[in-house]
Amino acid sequence: MQTTIATLSTRSDAHAANFAPVVASLEGVSKSYGDIQALRNVNFSVHAGQVVALLGPNGAGKTTAVKLFLGLIQPDSGKARVFNGDPVNPANRMRAGAMLQVGKVPETLRVREHIDLFSSYYPAPMPLEEVLAAAGLEKLRDRKFGDLSGGQRQRTLFALAICGNPDLLFLDEPTVGLDVEARRSLWEGIRQLVDRGRTVVLTTHYLEEADALADRIAVINRGTIIAEGTPAEIKSQTSGKRIRCVTEVSLATVLQIPGVSAAKQDREALEIHAVEAEPVVRALLALDPKLSELEITTAGLEEAFLALTQADSNDRNN
Amino acid sequence: MSTSTAVLSHPQIQRSSSHSATIYWKEAKYEFLKNLRLRVYTVSVITFPLMFYVLFGLVLNARETVGGTAVPTYLIATYGTFGVMGASLFGTASGLASDRGLGWLQVKRASPMPPFAYFVAKVTLSMTFSAVVVALLLVLGFSFGGVRMPVAEAAKLLGTLVVGSLPFSAMGLAIGYFAGPNSAPAAINLIYLPLSFCSGLWVPYMFLPKLVRQIALALPPYHLSQLALGIVGAGRHEPASTHWQVLVAFTLICLGIARIGFQRDQGKLYG
Repeated sequence: MQTTIATLSTRSDAHAANFAPVVASLEGVSKSYGDIQALRNVNFSVHAGQVVALLGPNGAGKTTAVKLFLGLIQPDSGKARVFNGDPVNPANRMRAGAMLQVGKVPETLRVREHIDLFSSYYPAPMPLEEVLAAAGLEKLRDRKFGDLSGGQRQRTLFALAICGNPDLLFLDEPTVGLDVEARRSLWEGIRQLVDRGRTVVLTTHYLEEADALADRIAVINRGTIIAEGTPAEIKSQTSGKRIRCVTEVSLATVLQIPGVSAAKQDREALEIHAVEAEPVVRALLALDPKLSELEITTAGLEEAFLALTQADSNDRNN
Repeated sequence: MSTSTAVLSHPQIQRSSSHSATIYWKEAKYEFLKNLRLRVYTVSVITFPLMFYVLFGLVLNARETVGGTAVPTYLIATYGTFGVMGASLFGTASGLASDRGLGWLQVKRASPMPPFAYFVAKVTLSMTFSAVVVALLLVLGFSFGGVRMPVAEAAKLLGTLVVGSLPFSAMGLAIGYFAGPNSAPAAINLIYLPLSFCSGLWVPYMFLPKLVRQIALALPPYHLSQLALGIVGAGRHEPASTHWQVLVAFTLICLGIARIGFQRDQGKLYG
């Protein structure tokens, strides 16, 4: 409950923040890797002081977006801009920090040594003690990276992202693979940074994480941003229900029922996705009184994405 | 600090030269510490040349000579070259391949680290470990092999071999850009060991089969070892300038290949 209160208070400024200057943007960006199109004509901007979450399933293009912002890759078309300039510009890099997904970090260096080295790259770094405190690493300062647990490793990478005291922070899947406790402790670190007025862009495939941290969520799927809004707005669009039943009503008819966003045959049953379950069930029972094995469940994020993408393509057809 | 007010201003942050020096120093220092604590590196790079030297130079053939030069003296030059090659190839290639392939280099590239500092650190590491290997060989030779030479000559030998680390560091960077993170150590050994043998670093050049002797003339370790042997009055007494020219040309070719890899990485899928 406390988390909800905390996020609500930051969210009240969300609309005001839209008038703040744009500090990072993708302007009509497309990017392909061979045959795979990672981003398609994406327009996306981040205003100063905001926490923006790029929410999407694996392979949606989130990491590609972050790498474009960091100048690690170049777009095929369009432009990535940071502080109104090229992300590659060293002056811009000095004002940004990044936490990326890494396979292997040098394991024989200690936590404080890693931080000391990265701090040296920046003109006005945070003092070591402050970095350790912000990342919750005070007791692990002399530990070698190779001896850390998964959560502690992520916190060290987080420390490297913030040690330069950056105005703009990119966090790519900061809590992936962490247990609940480690995740919450990292969230706490991110929130403290937000309280200092930093701008944060984070990617995640957890709706819960985006909801807990972000002022604004952009839902990305197959290289396109399919929804954008406050967490409340996004949740209302994605919190659908899944209805499963055995019925004689045809798939085509089911798809005509208002409120149905997707439906498919699954063995002998139909699986229907709808924003609200009750009106759809009422309609189904009216069409087929012999309907059986009715099950209604809250849709997971996967279904939520499906619902959003479905709505997206329906809009285009109409 | 208010984000919205200052956020779009463009402070042209220029690093002072002392700040840059600090970055280069720390990058090199931590590269050194990182590898010093990596047993795989220290053991293979320092222990192997010393072990071979003790076995073949001190225990087995200590009283023999090669073309008039005592074996313990001769082998300091050749195992010194062998050690320098190992320290340099492993010091650059395996770290670079792993940093590249497993995402760490990307984290560094996203930071404001001057890219050159990263390479300078690896080359400095290679030269430092090269110096350590050669110095230890000299200590062993002087203490247990009856090796005698003027201090100036020993210093020249050490200096030449340490500078001779550069072509192999360049070669290591080239390998590091084209080998996978897991295959790099195998790739290095596949190049390092045959090159050492064919260049006469294990078996003195004159005892090699004729075909191998001809191949050796095209191999950089042969030229470095001949420079080192020349200092202790052994070897084939070819003009030193020829050896240096070969080593410089080889360095430039390797740096050219590494540069291709570097540029390819800038626009790569997961470089």
